[in-house]
Amino acid sequence: MIASLFAQAAVTSATTENGIVHVAGPSIDWLALLPLLILLVGALLTLTFSSFLKGRAPKGLFTWTTVAIAVGAAISAVPMWARVQGWNSLMWWNLDQAQTGPFSTAGGAVGIDGFSLFITVVLCIGVVLAALLADDFLRRESMSGPEFYVLLLLSAVGGVIMAMSNDLIVLFIGLETLSIAVYVLAGMNLRRVQSQESGLKYFILGAFSSAFLLYGIAMLYGATGSTNFVDIREFMASVVPIHNGLLLMGLVLVLVGLAFKISAVPFHAWSPDVYDGAPTPATAWMAAGVKAAAVAGLVRVFMLTFSNYASTWKPIMYVLAILSMVVGASLAIVQSNVKRMLAYSSISHAGFILMAVQANSGNGITAAAFYVAVYTFMVAGSFGVATIVGRKGDGNHELSDYQGLVRSNPWLAGSFILLLLAQAGVPFTAGFFAKFLAITAAADAHAVPLALVAMVSAVISAFLYLRIIVAMFMSGGDDGLEDVPHANRLRVPMAAGLAIGICVLVSVVYGLFPDLLLHNARAATPAAVQFERPVSAGSTTAGG
Amino acid sequence: MGSNLSLAYLMLSAILFVIGGVGVLIRRNPLVMIMCVELMLNAVNLTFVTFGKMLNDISGQIIVFFVMVVAAAEVVIGLALIVAMARRRPGATADDLRTLRG
Repeated sequence: MIASLFAQAAVTSATTENGIVHVAGPSIDWLALLPLLILLVGALLTLTFSSFLKGRAPKGLFTWTTVAIAVGAAISAVPMWARVQGWNSLMWWNLDQAQTGPFSTAGGAVGIDGFSLFITVVLCIGVVLAALLADDFLRRESMSGPEFYVLLLLSAVGGVIMAMSNDLIVLFIGLETLSIAVYVLAGMNLRRVQSQESGLKYFILGAFSSAFLLYGIAMLYGATGSTNFVDIREFMASVVPIHNGLLLMGLVLVLVGLAFKISAVPFHAWSPDVYDGAPTPATAWMAAGVKAAAVAGLVRVFMLTFSNYASTWKPIMYVLAILSMVVGASLAIVQSNVKRMLAYSSISHAGFILMAVQANSGNGITAAAFYVAVYTFMVAGSFGVATIVGRKGDGNHELSDYQGLVRSNPWLAGSFILLLLAQAGVPFTAGFFAKFLAITAAADAHAVPLALVAMVSAVISAFLYLRIIVAMFMSGGDDGLEDVPHANRLRVPMAAGLAIGICVLVSVVYGLFPDLLLHNARAATPAAVQFERPVSAGSTTAGG
Repeated sequence: MGSNLSLAYLMLSAILFVIGGVGVLIRRNPLVMIMCVELMLNAVNLTFVTFGKMLNDISGQIIVFFVMVVAAAEVVIGLALIVAMARRRPGATADDLRTLRG
């Protein structure tokens, strides 16, 4: 844990030379933290240098800077991936020691393993897509400036911290960094009262749920004597906890806090409102990035740390998964606003991910990682279409606003149809394999009823997606076929078009060749590795 | 610290947490709701310190500083959001936030 680390560093290395006390900090593998540092320093430098431009920034500067930063961060994760996976032939920078395998650094606060790197790359992709969607949107809504991009990058920093966390407190700090930036993103459009309202709602409910998460962490600390995942894991292996109310309560509260962030059903009430009110590119990021980070938190706490204690948390997650899938799919059908429909469908997707997590197996982790990666593309692309159809003012999201889209913008409508079919889980799209893996993982874990509910809810939500598709084929206006297509033709900006194109391409390619992603998702296993504290004579137990 | 006293502190923090939680649910003024969330976070701080004392572990007390920083950042953002809201709709309470139907 962090605290004992500092205490220990002070005791073990406080040597006095000429009356000056030298205190050595923890050894940190900076190369391993490079994705995090690139995102963080990139965000701060963007903010700093933008003030020198005094509002005369060239068009699209911040968008492409953000894209470059996120791509750089994703690329910087590749050498670590090689090290974790043990690709010795590629490890040119590490010739002397040739350490391979997952490891933990920064005093055991951060764990670098296949899973954390996988989620890091997914988050970077989410940033790229959201930044591309935001480019023209921000100019359209007169919100130009670096703020949106900086907040996007900072919330990605929080997500990466969550994905890499090896300590409950680090997890909490990551979650808060992520959330605080997203609260502002949601409330950023000062011209729309709905945006401010959604920001405030998200803030109050988010802070409320964070308090529950933190109280859960406090109880786990009291029950196990540590906040470090590895220490807790060892403690849980050494004792047989029976009727341990403190531990149970802590687990439940942590689950509540994380379930709120992925908007699982009893804790979902905020998400349709917030998704509806927030600026649409911010919604895309909320649906893709925040959910991916929260899933990473769930996997690290429950599947990694408390996997031996699964009999307690599995039933709770089972119920959450069923409720999310069924309620999300059913309530989505009765909506008339496309953004709210997509919000409810993302609740249903959260149920599928929870189903994979509750399997508590290697297959479950693979399914969750695959689902999160594919879902990022599908949902970012869908909200990308909503960004463009929203038109100036970001207010045209009713189903009727999509009428006639097939005739006025065939390419845009075609992309949306493909993305919706992928979300529905139609074969030969990536969404099919995502759902297939999640259901298989649940069935392998003897949760057959859960798998059956998942299939039924997939059918229910297919109806929802077809409803949007049918609306797009209907002719716009009352004048029927004589409607002039060019009159209400939407302009598709280059950057947003690129983002939607990437999403469609990936949804199809991973549907035809799932092995491309599945190979990496299988390698994305979390690992609990004890931090090797520097050994020194005497006081190694200081700080507890 | 005797174990009875520790238990008393844990009970106190649980009561404070519940007061904060109920406050968020029943109060309608966004400002008071933020204060209630702060009360919840501080109740958790008390829990951390008590557990740290019971376990004879310094980290329980160090965690409190992390939580304080997070709570401070949260208040800054919350007040900014409330000010932005109040400029547009003075005197708005949580009940008035119904442009988006829940």
